[in-house]
Amino acid sequence: MDLRLLSAEPSDAEREAIDTVAGEARADDGRVARADRTRRHLLLPALRAAQRRVGWVSEGALGYASRRLDVPPADAYGVASFYALLSLEERPADVLHACTDLACQLAGAEVPPGAHASPCLGLCERAPAFLRTIAGPEPREVPLPEAGPPLPQRGEPGLRLLRRIAADVDPESLDAYRAHGGYEALRRAFELGQEGVLREVSESRLLGRGGAAFPTGAKWEAVARQKVQPHYLVCNADESEPGTFKDRILMESDPFALVEAMTIAAYATGCEHAYVYVRAEYPVAHARLETAFALARTHGLLGDDVMDTGFSFDMGLRIGAGAYVCGEETALFQSIEGYRGEPRNKPPFPVEVGLFGKPTVVNNVETLFNVLEVVSDTGTVYAQTGTEGSTGTRLFCVSGHVARPGLYEVPFGTNLSDLLERAGARPPKAVLLGGAAGSFLRADQLDLPLTFEDARAAGATLGSGVVLVYDESADLVAAVLRIAEFFRDESCGQCVPCRVGTVRQEEALHRLVAGKANGNEREVLADLTAVMRDASICGLGQTAANAVESAMMNLGVLAP
Amino acid sequence: MIELTIDGQTVSVTEGSTILDACRRLDVETPTLCYADTLTPVNVCRVCVVEVEGARVLVPSCSRKVEAGMVVHTDSPRVRTSRRMVLELLGSSVDLSTAPDAQRYSAEYGAQPERFGDVATVAQPAKIDNDLYMRDYSKCILCYKCVEACGVDHQNTFAIAVAGRGFEARISTEFDVTLPESACVYCGNCIAVCPTGALMPTSEFNLRRAGTWDESAQSEVDTVCPYCGVGCNLTLHVQDDKIVKVTSPDDHDVTRGNLCVKGRFGYEFVQNRK
Ligand SMILES: Cc1cc2nc3c(=O)[nH]c(=O)nc-3n(C[C@H](O)[C@H](O)[C@H](O)COP(=O)(O)O)c2cc1C
Ligand code: SF4
Ligand code: SF4
Ligand code: SF4
Ligand code: FES
Ligand code: FES
Repeated sequence: MDLRLLSAEPSDAEREAIDTVAGEARADDGRVARADRTRRHLLLPALRAAQRRVGWVSEGALGYASRRLDVPPADAYGVASFYALLSLEERPADVLHACTDLACQLAGAEVPPGAHASPCLGLCERAPAFLRTIAGPEPREVPLPEAGPPLPQRGEPGLRLLRRIAADVDPESLDAYRAHGGYEALRRAFELGQEGVLREVSESRLLGRGGAAFPTGAKWEAVARQKVQPHYLVCNADESEPGTFKDRILMESDPFALVEAMTIAAYATGCEHAYVYVRAEYPVAHARLETAFALARTHGLLGDDVMDTGFSFDMGLRIGAGAYVCGEETALFQSIEGYRGEPRNKPPFPVEVGLFGKPTVVNNVETLFNVLEVVSDTGTVYAQTGTEGSTGTRLFCVSGHVARPGLYEVPFGTNLSDLLERAGARPPKAVLLGGAAGSFLRADQLDLPLTFEDARAAGATLGSGVVLVYDESADLVAAVLRIAEFFRDESCGQCVPCRVGTVRQEEALHRLVAGKANGNEREVLADLTAVMRDASICGLGQTAANAVESAMMNLGVLAP
Repeated sequence: MIELTIDGQTVSVTEGSTILDACRRLDVETPTLCYADTLTPVNVCRVCVVEVEGARVLVPSCSRKVEAGMVVHTDSPRVRTSRRMVLELLGSSVDLSTAPDAQRYSAEYGAQPERFGDVATVAQPAKIDNDLYMRDYSKCILCYKCVEACGVDHQNTFAIAVAGRGFEARISTEFDVTLPESACVYCGNCIAVCPTGALMPTSEFNLRRAGTWDESAQSEVDTVCPYCGVGCNLTLHVQDDKIVKVTSPDDHDVTRGNLCVKGRFGYEFVQNRK
């Protein structure tokens, strides 16, 4: 069937930008509207290319992208309007995005005239932070400040995941990576064989670092066993939980390690192709990863015959466009496939029906970094660090009222109060543990061993490793309102409990703050917590009341 | 066959059935808003949730497949709270005045949407941009049914999609162009599946606005569409000797409730010829 197309024509610049993604125009473009539109997965890259060229997505550009990729224009509009960083209205080529999220709020963030307010940019150790996006023939994105404080643990012995970063190994040199032990783990993986790697990972009892703490070994074995082909590997580098910046630092400063770790994961689970889905706000990580991919390819570390073993594997970069929910694994698949980033109902789980409907391994960046340690050390040795239930080391993103903000690597079981002391925390009134989806702890609850099990027992979660410190001077009401606003902004809007519930939660809090209460706010908030937690489709809605509830119950914020 | 327990009763259903299918087998009433027999479940409204023992959160009965030994509760306090809250959240943000199912469930679950006070809604002017049907999205609960009907489930026209995000999410054409500028072919299959009256034939809309729409005074006449050789079944809704609406039965194996512009709106010509 013929697609009905927008009449507006693209400019030459837009046409060229979209063609770099969609390839040369073909005679049958725009003729087929089928369910299995095989080129649809290029939609987000094409829209991004148009916006990076001229600063926004015009009717002409959207119509042209639809025609080139056989996507109905209404659908393409639905996708474009989903992402906060795509603009469907004309705007200047040079745009400043000012972070107004939790860590930057504490640092006195303000939105300069003409700038756009932004959720956490993942630069919390440099708060207040900004991102400049400059469209044109040579588009650029610049995080500001351009550099953060040095790694607090630089030069410290005993680091595992951070050891190359702490030693300032050049992130753009494959030789430097190899000189610091790079690609020894992959060599060992090939010696162990597929089954051997699966066994080591299971024996390590490695749990996922993306937030859900799912056993990595079990996930890998489930995909390795699937008969349906192909299998896909996806690295979740969407890192958008407010207060989180660990994956950015890993990718920017040690990109080859991610490539190597993903090669091992692909080998063990039978994947020939992988994607790294990185949030749009991480331009330095994009560039470093592309460099690493290219160098790995020319050195036979990616491609048809990895390390002359006959194993064929390659990977590509996918870049988001401003949507926290795309970090939810199934929303991430939808986003890569060219649809709105709306989470799918589970089951079926990704290990059976994942990216493009195929069995898929999805892992967080930090999880994958741990795989290198597991394979190098053996699973049993790896599991000797940490505790019974939480093996290995963990990265924590420390920010807020601390003298030395930044990324810290500590063995599981380290006490939170020790970590705070090392970071030079001012005497805290409260600590937000785990991010906006996590919870607030009181000053007398900070004697907490940092493990999955201790956090759970304390009614908290380590989440993505956020440790945000609030001293006596901090305005916790402002923090709570910001968290409510964050979830309202970031809800995908698919399901009623979260789409309307996050709005009602924010409204009730504002009424309490303004002293204009109806009198039933606490009851309303409790009911909202129940329906969002119990009946939402995905983790976003299910956790949208956590931090608010903990601030009210645990810290007495907005107490009557 | 798969055996499971629902509210203490044992039931066996074929593999691949949903919990909703099993509930219906037992005559356990389950509210649904975004589910339709003729559409792929999107499981977004969450009014059909049930409690499955061992599951951390409630599950949508309309799409969750049964498993052997499942123990399901459809009337626990958790289920009732979530269903009531979904209805309150909808009732407080959307005009449900022409949504009979949502009204009935709201009464049944004691929903009190007014308790939120003066809050944000999706109120907006109705879109009247063609002669055949109008769109009043202040009545839209975002059940995705119209999008599915216009897309792969029925019509394959893809004139409309969900646009925007969060509370701003809405049904839209590309850049919100009018229907005549869009790909719409006026088959009206979106109207047929809309559970809220957000999509309504102009004939019905005008009579309602004039206060003369009266379902109790209407009779239904089944006939076969005269236009082409497919032979779609039509149900003519007649009030005061005039056809006021045309539908097609959902259970008809040719149409599954769908028609084309001629069958659904062509009656205007019949009446004009008189
Ligand atoms: C709203 C939401 C956002 C998420 N964001 C991320 C993210 O940015 N990065 C990530 O690795 N996992 C994120 N997750 C968790 C993923 O769904 C998934 O569990 C994880 O990527 C699995 O990897 P792991 O097993 O290595 O932890 C998010 C989950 C939810 C519900
Ligand atoms: S819980 Fe929120 S983010 Fe998740 S699917 Fe529902 S509306 Fe979307
Ligand atoms: S009338 Fe038909 S073509 Fe037009 S929007 Fe509705 S379903 Fe789509
Ligand atoms: S217009 Fe009707 S069918 Fe479409 S989403 Fe809204 S309520 Fe559902
Ligand atoms: S960069 Fe501002 S809060 Fe993270
Ligand atoms: S009817 Fe099941 S989620 Fe809407």
